[in-house]
Amino acid sequence: MNMIVCVKQVPDPEAPPGSFKIDPVTNNMMPPTGFPPVISPFDEQAVEAALRIKDINSGKITIISLGFNLLRDVVKKPISMGADELILLEDPAFVDGDSWSTASALAAAIRKIGQYDLIFCGRQAADWDSGQVGSGIAEILGLPQVTLAKKVEVTGNKVKVEKVTADGYEMVAAAMPALITVSNELGEPRYATIKGIMSAKAKEPIVWKPADIGVDVSKIGAAGRRTRMLKLFQPVHGGKCEIITGRNEEDAGANLAKKLVEVKLL
Amino acid sequence: MATYQGVMIFAEAIDGKLAPITRELLGIGRKLSNDLSEELSALVAGNDVGNIAAEAISFGADKVYILDDPLLQDYRTDPYMAVVERVVKQTNPRILLMGQTIIGRDLAPRAAFRLGTAVTLDCIALEIDTDTKQLLQTKPVYGGNACAVFTMETYPQMATVRAKAMTALRPDSSRSGEIIQIEAGLDSADIRTNVLQKVVQEMEGIKLEDAAIIIAGGRGIGGPEGFKQLEELAKLLKGAVGASRPPCDNGWVPDTLQVGLTGKIVSPDLYIAVALSGTSQHIAGCAGAKNLIAMNRDPEANIFKEARFGVVGDWKKVIPAFEAKIKELREMG
Repeated sequence: MNMIVCVKQVPDPEAPPGSFKIDPVTNNMMPPTGFPPVISPFDEQAVEAALRIKDINSGKITIISLGFNLLRDVVKKPISMGADELILLEDPAFVDGDSWSTASALAAAIRKIGQYDLIFCGRQAADWDSGQVGSGIAEILGLPQVTLAKKVEVTGNKVKVEKVTADGYEMVAAAMPALITVSNELGEPRYATIKGIMSAKAKEPIVWKPADIGVDVSKIGAAGRRTRMLKLFQPVHGGKCEIITGRNEEDAGANLAKKLVEVKLL
Repeated sequence: MATYQGVMIFAEAIDGKLAPITRELLGIGRKLSNDLSEELSALVAGNDVGNIAAEAISFGADKVYILDDPLLQDYRTDPYMAVVERVVKQTNPRILLMGQTIIGRDLAPRAAFRLGTAVTLDCIALEIDTDTKQLLQTKPVYGGNACAVFTMETYPQMATVRAKAMTALRPDSSRSGEIIQIEAGLDSADIRTNVLQKVVQEMEGIKLEDAAIIIAGGRGIGGPEGFKQLEELAKLLKGAVGASRPPCDNGWVPDTLQVGLTGKIVSPDLYIAVALSGTSQHIAGCAGAKNLIAMNRDPEANIFKEARFGVVGDWKKVIPAFEAKIKELREMG
């Protein structure tokens, strides 16, 4: 089993909403102070999905990440969890792309790797929430896709996926090679092991430039975008909250009930 | 080069009727096509789905393209992508809209890549730029912390639309429209995935999307036992129980109860958020509630910024007293 997982370094989505700021000059989000970047949580769950298959079927997991000046501690996390190889598409030409230009670069890198049975992506990245790169890679490489996986199993040359639906899930089978996007319902990703942390420390990532994967720089990153962002803004939120108090917490609860009946909400 | 004209929406049916999201798509589609002075069409694909064409017309469509084929019985990416490609290449719509549903999330990006265009997922506002006639697409980003406006110069300009972000028109059965059958032209050999089984995990009682009152619990509920207590309260109020992501990811409640960016989008009259902090991801799912009530131990919790009324306190103390008072007031009549 050869598996490839695409992961993205993003600003920590768990940073409190109050710390979110937009730089009016660059029209970009300003990274919150005190909250270092992380692997996008859905991507970490994609790594976990691959690791669960490796646990049962054995195999090799190659991680690909795209960006510039990527933090080694961040992008090495999947190695510390148990993945085997790390390839970085690292060049200024790769950054500020949209789903189209990012998927084009990742697909070119996957072509260069050549051997793969399963490709995993998170369902969407925690920064732009685009939710398209997985489908884009599948289309460029001509692969079947199953999106929003909560469980992935391999039997023979087939992959069986529990795909999240509005009222439960459906079991979908696909021929391999296939591309799977992973949703949070898969469950918590595993912690790094001591052995994993040691091998992550020792691991030298392979760095590829646009020329290494044979892509035209006009097709990737900011130059290759098909969508244009006109504006980024913070929506203004609702009204003032009336805090209902009482002699103690119980009393406050009772007063809330009274209030809701009074204003005819109950 | 083809001339791209008109607005097309991809229809979804539930139990032989238009899905609510499809009615909403027809509502916004009608507005955009009026602004462009071009026609609104609906693409209806499935097995034995021709009967929803008339309903689509009553909700605003000028034309309905029907692709009926047994191979379209279950949603699968390959055959649905093939019919979207076929219809778009025959009709060249300027704009193609889908719902931000399980199907739309899968189909829209793949179809956009196939058609050589782009798509913006999960839009909450769409409008036509009067100068350029381009579609301006507003979508929440950074888990709902911000919104971005996108545009594209490739065609069709594609977007998926968030549930309940748009308003459906009042149906008018006297409206007339054209119904056009198109051969799906599918070959089962080209379909690379199969649906083996569908599992429904609905909770008993009122469905989350239909509930007028929702009691939603967060990480602070602490476990499945706590949710039993919320269920009792929900039963008393004839409401439904929802949850933020952590209780679902921890297996305290089924995944189908998740309200938020990656879960359900709800718009009840009353949403009582218990022991949840109010992350942007969660607010994305409940911002449509008419009245939001917050109960949290932390007075600084973000949820209070969204709430109309709030109580600062431990839910284990607040909820039983709240429930007892409601019973008492009801007995007094």
